[in-house]
Amino acid sequence: MTLNRREFMKWMAATSGAAAVSGCASTAGPSAGRVVVVGGGYGGATAARYVKEWSPDIDVTVIERNEVFVSCPISNLVLAGNTQMSNITMGYEGLRRRGVRVVRGEVVAVDAAARQVRLADGSSLAYDRVIVSPGVDFIYDSIPGLQSADARERVLHAWKAGPETAALRKQLEAMRDGGVFVFHIPVAPFRCPPGPYERVCQVADYFKRAKPKSKIIVLDSNPDLVSKAGLFRAAWNGLYKGLIEYRANSELADVDAKGMTVKLTFDDVKGDVLNVVPPQRAGDIARTTGLITANQRWCGVDWTTCEWVAVKGVHVLGDATLSAPAMPKSASMANQHAKVCAAAVIALIKGQPVNPQPMMMNTCYSFVDGKSVMHVASVHAYDSKDNTMMPVKGAGGLSDKASELEGTYAWGWARNIWSEALG
Amino acid sequence: MKKLSIVTACAAILLGGATNIWAQDQVAQVRSLAATCFTCHGNEGRSVGGVPPALAGRDKGELLQALRDFKEGKRPATIMHQHAKGYTDQQLEAIAGYFSAVKAGPATPAPAARGGN
Repeated sequence: MTLNRREFMKWMAATSGAAAVSGCASTAGPSAGRVVVVGGGYGGATAARYVKEWSPDIDVTVIERNEVFVSCPISNLVLAGNTQMSNITMGYEGLRRRGVRVVRGEVVAVDAAARQVRLADGSSLAYDRVIVSPGVDFIYDSIPGLQSADARERVLHAWKAGPETAALRKQLEAMRDGGVFVFHIPVAPFRCPPGPYERVCQVADYFKRAKPKSKIIVLDSNPDLVSKAGLFRAAWNGLYKGLIEYRANSELADVDAKGMTVKLTFDDVKGDVLNVVPPQRAGDIARTTGLITANQRWCGVDWTTCEWVAVKGVHVLGDATLSAPAMPKSASMANQHAKVCAAAVIALIKGQPVNPQPMMMNTCYSFVDGKSVMHVASVHAYDSKDNTMMPVKGAGGLSDKASELEGTYAWGWARNIWSEALG
Repeated sequence: MKKLSIVTACAAILLGGATNIWAQDQVAQVRSLAATCFTCHGNEGRSVGGVPPALAGRDKGELLQALRDFKEGKRPATIMHQHAKGYTDQQLEAIAGYFSAVKAGPATPAPAARGGN
C-alpha cells in the first residue's frame, strides 16, 4: 500500500485533528480574540462550544435570556403525553465547564461600529466577532384579535418550546371528550417545516387514546402540506382515520379569542382549543439592531462564514437567516451553520484561510405516534458560481414509511445534538 | 508497515511543531467535513448512547467500505444511503480517515436542568 501526497495530507489532517481532540492542543497563553454569542439555542450554544473546542485561546461569551434550554424538537411529544418537559429541558453548566462564559441577560443592541453588545442592565461586552443566533419571533401585525396578552394566553402558538408547550398540553388535557382542536399553520417559510404536521399526529395520538370522540381541524395557509406530505397523509388516513380534517389554502383573517373562533377569509371555525402559529421573522434582537436584510423578515449571510452580508464582524445563524435554496429552518441546520461559522470565525480571527467549500447536512425526524418516526434528509454544498449553499442532486430524501427503528434514531439524534450544544 | 512509517512521520512533524498554515488549513477542512456527521453520530463521532452508531476509533477501511456501500445502494439503510450520496469519494475517504484517528468513547451528554421545569 502506498499513499500519495494528497492522501498523506489527509492522514496528517486526521491525525492532528485527533491530537486536538485528545487535549494535546495548547490551552494556555493570552487570549487570541473575543467572541460574543447572542442566544444560547441550537445555533448559538453549538457555535460557542466549537469556537472554544477548536480554539481554546479565544474567549467565548454566550448571552442567553433564559435560565434553561428547552428543545423544540421532541416538544410535540409533550402535547401527547409521550414525553415530559423534564426530558427536553437542559442546563448550561456543561457549556460553562468547557470554559465558555454564559451570561444570563437580554441583549438590547449590537453596535457593529463600536464592536460592542449592549445588555438591558446597562452593561456592555466588547467583541472581535459577534455571532447572533436569535431564532424566530412572531408577526402579530395582521392578527388584530391576538394583540393582548390575555388573548395570547388563551390562544397559544407553542412554537417555541417552553412554558407554552406545557400550557397547551394542559389545555388539551382539560378539553372535553368530543371537543374540537383547531390548529392554524402560517405561510411557509416558518421554523420546522414538518413540525405542524407532526403536531397534528401527536394531538391525534392523544385523542385516540384518551378522548376518542374528539376531532382535529387543520387550517393550513399553504396549498398543501409543506413537508413529508405523502408520509403524513398515510399516517392521518391510517392511524387516525376520521379524526383529522385538513383544509388547504386557509388564510387567516383574524382570531376571536373570547369566542374561541379562527376567522378565515370566507369562513369561521369554532373550537374548544385553538392553536394559532403566527407567521415568523428573525428574532426581535435582529430587528431592533437592524440585521434584517430580506423581505423585512430574515438576515442574509455569506454561507462560507455565516457572516452578515451588510457589516463585517457580525455573523448570523439558524432560523433567523435567509435560507439558501431548499434549506429548512431546523435544529439540524442551525447546528450545521454553527460549525461552519465556528471554523470561519476562528480562521478570520487568526488570519487563516476560510474553508471555501463548506458542506451542510440536514436530518429532520417526525414522530407519527409515541414510537414510530420518519425522516427527511438533505445534503447542501457551497456553490461558488451562485455564492450560496445548494442541495446536492441525487442526495437526500424521505423514509419509505414511519418505523420504530427510526424512532430509536430520532432519540439518538436528539441526545447527540443536545450533547454537541450543551454537553 | 508503510502506513506505520507515515504515522511516525506525522507524529514527528506534529510534535516538532512543524505544521505550517497550509497544513492547519487542511486540518480544519477535514474536521469541518467530519463535523457534518457529528449532529447524528455525536461530537467527534462519539455517540452518546451508541445509537446512531459511534464512528470514533473505527477502522478506516471498514468505515470507508460502509460509506461507499451506502452511496452505491449496496447496503440497506434508513437514511445513510441518502446522506452518503451527497459526498464525493474523496470526501468520504477524508471522513473515514478522520473518525478512524479519533479515540473511541462516548461524548458527554447534555446536563438535565437542575430542579426540572
